[in-house]
Amino acid sequence: MSTGSLQIAGKSLRSRLIFGTGGFMSLSIMEAALEASGAELATVAMRRVDPKSPGSVLDLISKAGCEVLPNTAGCYTARDAVLTAKLAREALQTNWIKLEVIGDDRTLFPDGTELLRAAAELVDEGFVVLPYTSDDPVLARRLEETGCSAIMPLGSPIGSGSGIRNPYNLAIILEQTSVPVILDAGIGTASDATVAMEMGCDGILLASSISRAKDPEQMARAMRLAVEAGRLANLSGRIPRRLYAEASTPAEGLPDFEMDGDGDGRRAGTQEENDSPPTRSQR
Amino acid sequence: MKVLLNGETVEIADGTVVAVLNALDLVKADGIALAIDGEVVPRSTWTDLKIAPGQRIEVVRAVQGG
Repeated sequence: MSTGSLQIAGKSLRSRLIFGTGGFMSLSIMEAALEASGAELATVAMRRVDPKSPGSVLDLISKAGCEVLPNTAGCYTARDAVLTAKLAREALQTNWIKLEVIGDDRTLFPDGTELLRAAAELVDEGFVVLPYTSDDPVLARRLEETGCSAIMPLGSPIGSGSGIRNPYNLAIILEQTSVPVILDAGIGTASDATVAMEMGCDGILLASSISRAKDPEQMARAMRLAVEAGRLANLSGRIPRRLYAEASTPAEGLPDFEMDGDGDGRRAGTQEENDSPPTRSQR
Repeated sequence: MKVLLNGETVEIADGTVVAVLNALDLVKADGIALAIDGEVVPRSTWTDLKIAPGQRIEVVRAVQGG
């Protein structure tokens, strides 16, 4: 059953789950989880070459049939983020960049000013910019106006596993944004991902919820199903929330089990009661 | 000649990119990028590049993250 593919900057992705490679205890665990997730796009960071630690995350991403999405993780200024993006483009031969410009060490929330500055410069330089942003609809709008190819609002702080803290702001972002909205950061478990997709997100980016789960491979499979379930539910037109019940079973044809002692076909009781029995619809 | 390579002062054989790669035990140049004194050096210019003593060199590659 097709629910349509995710379109970002002219690229078509069948999987709406973007895989974050950060936080895995080992490359082999990461490899198993990546396969189980069904993702077609996986993030990497750019760090100094270290002769003491070989091993290639790129090989595993490629083996899984995924494309690579470099990020600017660890950057606190527009200057550093732009430089990192350019290094990533050189190293990986892609002009796609997940743009992160952090403003605070404890929350890892983005620095909006630096993020906008970096986004504008990178869009100008021909990058496909996917910005990690806050749940502020105004900042999201500015990023879209700047030319970003998607908006990636956080649900809650990176690695906090707290799900969607501000669904109202997320709903506003979803309503106002024309480019894809990818929930990025804070997902804790499968239901968080499903809720995000039910709300109308176009995709989810997951890292810690998988990499730091007790069983990352199994969680990756759960997340794959969660994203698919949420997307299907979103497309299927849910029933509204009601304060009161709405019976799902029709009242017509309801049998009458009241006692009729004299066999006259009428319920025992006063003449008046028998002359005007309650109607079926009042039951 | 001495340069600052990935945060450490090291001796490299000469001012070529190959010398830099050797200093990092890199056999091939796939999947890496180079910045000198805060500017990205495009791969297309590597063969003719002449690195000067004391320059600040960063060589990066993709790792798990994000």
